[in-house]
Amino acid sequence: MTAWRGRNLLIGGFLTAIILVMALTSLVWTPYAPTKMDFLHKLASPSPTHFLGTDAFGRDVMSMLMAGATSSLAVTLVAVSLGAAIGIPLGAIAAAQGGWVDSLVMRAADLTFAFPALLTAVMITALLGPGATNAMLAIGIFNIPVFARVTRGATLAVLGLDFVMAARATGRPEGSILWHHVLPNIVSVLLVQTTIQFALAIVADAGLSYVGLGTQPPFPSWGRMLNDAQTFIYRAPMLAVYPGAAITLTVLGLNLMGDGLRDLLDPRLSRQR
Amino acid sequence: MNGFLAKRLVALVLTLLAASLVVFLVLEVLPGDPASLILGTSAREDTLAALRHQMGLDRPVWLRYLSWVYGLVKGDFGTSYTYNVPVAELIGERVVVSLPLAIMAILLSTLIAIPTGVMAAARRGKAADTTLMGASQLGMALPNFWLGILLILLFSVTLHWLPAGGFAGWDAGVGRALATLLLPALALALPQAAILARVTRSAVLETLGQDYVRTALAKGLTGTVALWRHALPNALIPVVTIIGLQFSFLLAGTVIIENVFTLPGLGRLVFQAIEQRDLIVVEDLVVLLAGSVIVVNFAVDMLYAVLDPRVRLDGAT
Repeated sequence: MTAWRGRNLLIGGFLTAIILVMALTSLVWTPYAPTKMDFLHKLASPSPTHFLGTDAFGRDVMSMLMAGATSSLAVTLVAVSLGAAIGIPLGAIAAAQGGWVDSLVMRAADLTFAFPALLTAVMITALLGPGATNAMLAIGIFNIPVFARVTRGATLAVLGLDFVMAARATGRPEGSILWHHVLPNIVSVLLVQTTIQFALAIVADAGLSYVGLGTQPPFPSWGRMLNDAQTFIYRAPMLAVYPGAAITLTVLGLNLMGDGLRDLLDPRLSRQR
Repeated sequence: MNGFLAKRLVALVLTLLAASLVVFLVLEVLPGDPASLILGTSAREDTLAALRHQMGLDRPVWLRYLSWVYGLVKGDFGTSYTYNVPVAELIGERVVVSLPLAIMAILLSTLIAIPTGVMAAARRGKAADTTLMGASQLGMALPNFWLGILLILLFSVTLHWLPAGGFAGWDAGVGRALATLLLPALALALPQAAILARVTRSAVLETLGQDYVRTALAKGLTGTVALWRHALPNALIPVVTIIGLQFSFLLAGTVIIENVFTLPGLGRLVFQAIEQRDLIVVEDLVVLLAGSVIVVNFAVDMLYAVLDPRVRLDGAT
């Protein structure tokens, strides 16, 4: 069983690394410029010159996929960081303060959960105008209550432990206890949650760019590529396969990595399963 | 029970009000004046003012909020700026697409997930379990809109069995209408089923270790009967919760899926309304969708209390 669990982390890490390398490489090199059109070679099949063929504008699909990885990861990174940066302190404060602060934060989180995240992301990006920045904001907002909840739960569990009481007895201020005693103990839970949120954000970003509200052309995005491919689905079906496969592999990699991390960092959970 | 119910009902109403307030306030910051959108930029100032007055846009914000909420309670959703018909009518035309789609998706997902989860649990650690859980890992990673496109590739482009999009309409007969909803429902259902199957598996595994299952086996019941009659019903509580939570994902999913399959549902209506700055339609739709999530979660909570009396006792104290 342990071998299998280790494999999750390995496969997940490997898949994630591939996408990361693709994205980072695209910053310095892609086979062709991802926005370069070539109307003489529209919808070309895969060949040695165009590894995955070209799209309806003659753009090189491989180059677009690589550049798409960059935009997807950039949006996701900012969105999840935003959620974590606001959510984690909120959750920790709610847990430490208790009382009305706790109630207020948790009711606000409950309320946010009532709004289907993608629907509201659609609304926010539509209101503020489409684009990568607003997609980051919209996805980020929905990460706040998730991080707040997880942090609160984990913090409450740690705050009840003896070593926290000992720290209190020595007269340490509450903020210092949270930072020095609670945070190191909940970091593994947060790390696992972050991985899961990354996976969800990748899908949300792809969904937004699919409906035209995410990263704007000419900069390539996986969602946009899927939308474009649907128009030519009868002539060039494979164009609709590559970007989706890229999204799926990224999400699969992150999910496996999350599972693997959880088993590694929290052995209690893996024994239950 | 009554005290518990009353408390939850009050919380329900407060949550609904808070949700409506959030939607209203968020959309109030929307740039653009609906009156000048309708009349165009060349309209004279007094004509604009007259239209604003007619639409009630010159009233204070709090009054507009109250009259909007009062209208919602009465079932009066206001009049669409762009279509100039009651919003209730617009929603009525679309809800007959979106609601059956969501219900079909939930049904498909449950029908696929529960047997899969139970089977995996019964064969824990064996090849079948590993295969099913591997498949569910992949299913969870599939974005539903891409799955929709793949289904179109397979069933429409290659096999020509089902249409690639569009809605036949209920007038064309229930069978044909449902056939056009089948692929989108499947696209929504499979990723959800993957999650649900995992939850079912671990819930069943948990109950299989309980004393009453051992008792059932000890009194001579076969493993299959003990599994389906004793372990599964007790495992259903977390499963029901997840089904409830998935409702909100499904609603959001329909927004994108309806675009993949060009279905004339609520999701398409939201998009059109946002594009046309049809504020009242957007407000109504978002509140309606958020409201149904809140009500479904409330129903799940109540069901929880019925299924498991311990929840009720905890909640009352």
